[in-house]
Amino acid sequence: MTDVHDDLSDALPEVDPDLLELAGSVFADADATGTGLDTALWDNLEQTGLARLAVAEDAGGSGGTLLDLAAVLVEAGAYAARVPLAETDLACRAAAGAGLDVPAGPLTFALDRAGALAVAGDTVSGTLARVPWARSAAAVVVLTGGSVVVLDPAAATVVEGTNVAEEPRDTLTWDGARAAVAAAPEGAAGEFALRAALWRATLLAGAARGALARSVGYAGEREQFGRPIGRFQAIQQQLALAAAEVAAGGAAAESAARVVVRDGIAAPTAELAVASAKVRTGEAATAVARIAHQVHGAIGFTREHDLRLTTTRLWAWREEDGTDGQWAARIGELVLAAGPDGLWPLVTA
Amino acid sequence: MGPVTQTLTRLPAMVPPAAELPARTDALRAQVREFLAAERAAGAWTPRSDVWLSGWDEDFSRRLAARGWLGMTIPTAYGGHGASPLDRYVVTEELLAAGAPVAAHWVADRQIGPSLLRFGTEEQRRRFLPGIAAGEVYFGIGMSEPDSGSDLASVRSRATKVDGGWSLSGTKVWTSGGHRAHAFFALVRTSPPEEGKRHAGLSQLIVDLHAPGVTVRPIPLLTGAHHFNEVVFDEVFVPDEMVLGEVGAGWAQVTGELAFERSGPERFLSTFPLLQALVGELAGADLGVAGRRELGSLVARLWSLRRMSLAVAGSLASGQAPELAAAVVKDLGTRFENEIIDAARLLVTVPPDPGADSGFARLLADAVLHAPGFTLRGGTNEVLRGIVARGLGLR
Repeated sequence: MTDVHDDLSDALPEVDPDLLELAGSVFADADATGTGLDTALWDNLEQTGLARLAVAEDAGGSGGTLLDLAAVLVEAGAYAARVPLAETDLACRAAAGAGLDVPAGPLTFALDRAGALAVAGDTVSGTLARVPWARSAAAVVVLTGGSVVVLDPAAATVVEGTNVAEEPRDTLTWDGARAAVAAAPEGAAGEFALRAALWRATLLAGAARGALARSVGYAGEREQFGRPIGRFQAIQQQLALAAAEVAAGGAAAESAARVVVRDGIAAPTAELAVASAKVRTGEAATAVARIAHQVHGAIGFTREHDLRLTTTRLWAWREEDGTDGQWAARIGELVLAAGPDGLWPLVTA
Repeated sequence: MGPVTQTLTRLPAMVPPAAELPARTDALRAQVREFLAAERAAGAWTPRSDVWLSGWDEDFSRRLAARGWLGMTIPTAYGGHGASPLDRYVVTEELLAAGAPVAAHWVADRQIGPSLLRFGTEEQRRRFLPGIAAGEVYFGIGMSEPDSGSDLASVRSRATKVDGGWSLSGTKVWTSGGHRAHAFFALVRTSPPEEGKRHAGLSQLIVDLHAPGVTVRPIPLLTGAHHFNEVVFDEVFVPDEMVLGEVGAGWAQVTGELAFERSGPERFLSTFPLLQALVGELAGADLGVAGRRELGSLVARLWSLRRMSLAVAGSLASGQAPELAAAVVKDLGTRFENEIIDAARLLVTVPPDPGADSGFARLLADAVLHAPGFTLRGGTNEVLRGIVARGLGLR
C-alpha cells in the first residue's frame, strides 16, 4: 500500500533452514542425561561439519558464518548438548588468529585475565581454575597476557570440578609444560571476553527456550482438579511471562550476533550489544528457571525429571563468561561516560 | 528425548528474525535529531514523559508535517510521502526519546492513516489522508465504554439503520484528545449479538466529533490534566459513506491492527526522558558498583526491547502480523517504563514534584502519576498474556 516496499535490502544473509534442521536432529538423537563429554555426539558433530561450523575452511572448519553458529548454539542450549561447541570455536579463533596450528578434536578455551599463567619462551607454568571441559579436551587454548598458548591438558595436574549443571569445570596446573606460544593480536583480551559472552548468551537463550518448551508440554499433560494445569489462568499467566523472557533473551542474543557480524567485534556497538545480550539472557534465565520449576511442581525438583538439564544450565551459565552483574556494571559505565545527551545515540548506534 | 523434540519444535518462534534498519535511515535520523536540537534550543517545548498521551501541540505537528514526517507511509497520491514503515519507525522513536509533543497527530498518524488505507473507501481516503499528512486533521479512538474495557465485544453503543446512514447512541470513554480531535473511529454494535458469535454485528464508524448530538466531557487524569474524555452520542446521524470497511466486520478490522498498535516504540519509551534525566542527575555523583549495575540492567533491557520491537516492525513491513510478538513487546515494554521509575527512585533522592516546570523532579512526578496507564492502554498486560498463552497452545 505504500510506494516503498523495501526494506530489508541491507539484511544479512539468513541461516539456512536445512542447517537448523540438521542441528536439531543431531542434538535430539543425543543422550543429554549423561555426565561429561558426549563423545558420540561430538563424533556426529565432526562428521556433519557442525563441530567447527564458523571456522574458516583453510583453518579446518566448515566456513559458516557467526549467525550460522549462533543458530546452532541456540539448539545446543535447548537440547542441553554435552559438548564444547562454543569453546572449540573460541579456541580455534584464538589459535588461528595468532598464527598457531589448531589441534584436532574437542577443544577448550580460557581467558587468563588475572595472569595466572607464567609464559617463558615455550614453557608455561601456573594454575587455571574452572576450565570448561578440560579433562576431555584435545588442547587448551589460553589467551594470557600478550600471548596465545596452546597447552596439552594431559601435561597438567587436573582437579576435576563442575558447574551446577554438572558440566566439567576443571582446575589445571602446569609446571614448566611445553606449549605452542605466539603473540596475541592487539585487543584480543577484550575481543575474546565479548566472543565468549556472546556464545554464552546464545546458549542461555537456547536453554531458556528448552525449559519453556518442557514446561508448556508438561502443563498440557499434567492434570489436577480434573483438567490439565495449563487450562488454569494462573498457570497460563506464568507461562506467558516465561515466554516473554524467552522472547527477549532470544532477540537480544540474536541481535547481538548480528551487530558483531555487521560492525565487527572490536566496534563500540559490539560491546553494548554483547553486554546487553548477556545481561538480558541472564535475567531471562532467572525468571524462566523459576517459572519452569513452579509449573513442574515437585517432580521437576528431582533427578528423575529432565527439566533439570535446562534449568541447571540456566543457573550455571548466567554466571559464566562474565556474570549479569559484571556486564550490567560495564553498561552502567558506558552510559555514564555517554552522559544524558549520549544515552539515546548509544542505544540506537 | 522424543517428547522434548516434539515440544521444542512445536513451540512457536516468539519473535520474528532480527531486522536491521536500512542504512539510508541514518541520514533521516540525523535530520530528525538536528531538527529536535534546534527546537529545544529555541525553547519551543519542554521534554516530558508520556508525550504521546499528554503533549498536544498542533503547531509542532504542523512543523513536523512541513518536514515530511507525518503520514510518511501514506502514498503520495493521498498527500503522504510513500515512505517505508521503517522510516516512520526511526522518526517516531526519535520524537518519543526526545519527549517531544506528539499527541495531537499521534492517533491519526499511527493507526487512522493505515486503517483508512486498508479498509477505507476512495472517498474516505481523499477526505482525510491529506489532512493527516499535513498535521491538520486529528483523530481519536472510540473503543472502550463504561461497561466495556478488556471485554471489547460487549460494547453497547448502538447504530440503527436510518435513511442514508445510521443513528448512533451510546457512550465511549477514555478517548484521548477527544475534546480537540476532529473525528474518531467508533466501534459500535450494528446488529444484536448472536448466541455463540458475540464478535459478530460490530462495525467501525467514522464519527465527526462536532456533529449534532455528540457531547464531549472531560475525565481528568490523576494529575488533574485533561486528556481523557467521555463521548456521548444521542441519536447522532452518521452517513453511510462514513462506515469504515464492512458493516459487521468491525471486530476483525480492529483486532487485525493490534500488532501495529502494540509493538511500536511508544510501548517502551514513555518514560525515556526520565531515564535521560536520571543519567544527568548521576553525572559526577559517586555511583557505586550496585548503582552502575542497576543503570546498566535498565539499558540492557532497553537495548533488547528496541531490537525486539524492530524485529516486529520488520515483520510488519513485510506484510506479516506477528500478534504474539507484539503482545510480548507491549507486556515487557510497559513494565520497563515502570522499572525506569523504580530505578530513578532507588538511585536519586529527589522527590517527585508535579509543580516543577521541568527537570528530573517534574519528569518523575509525571511518570509516577501516568504509570498506571502504561500497562492498561492498548489491552491490559493480563489480556496480552492470555494472547501469548493462546500462542503457546494453552488455550
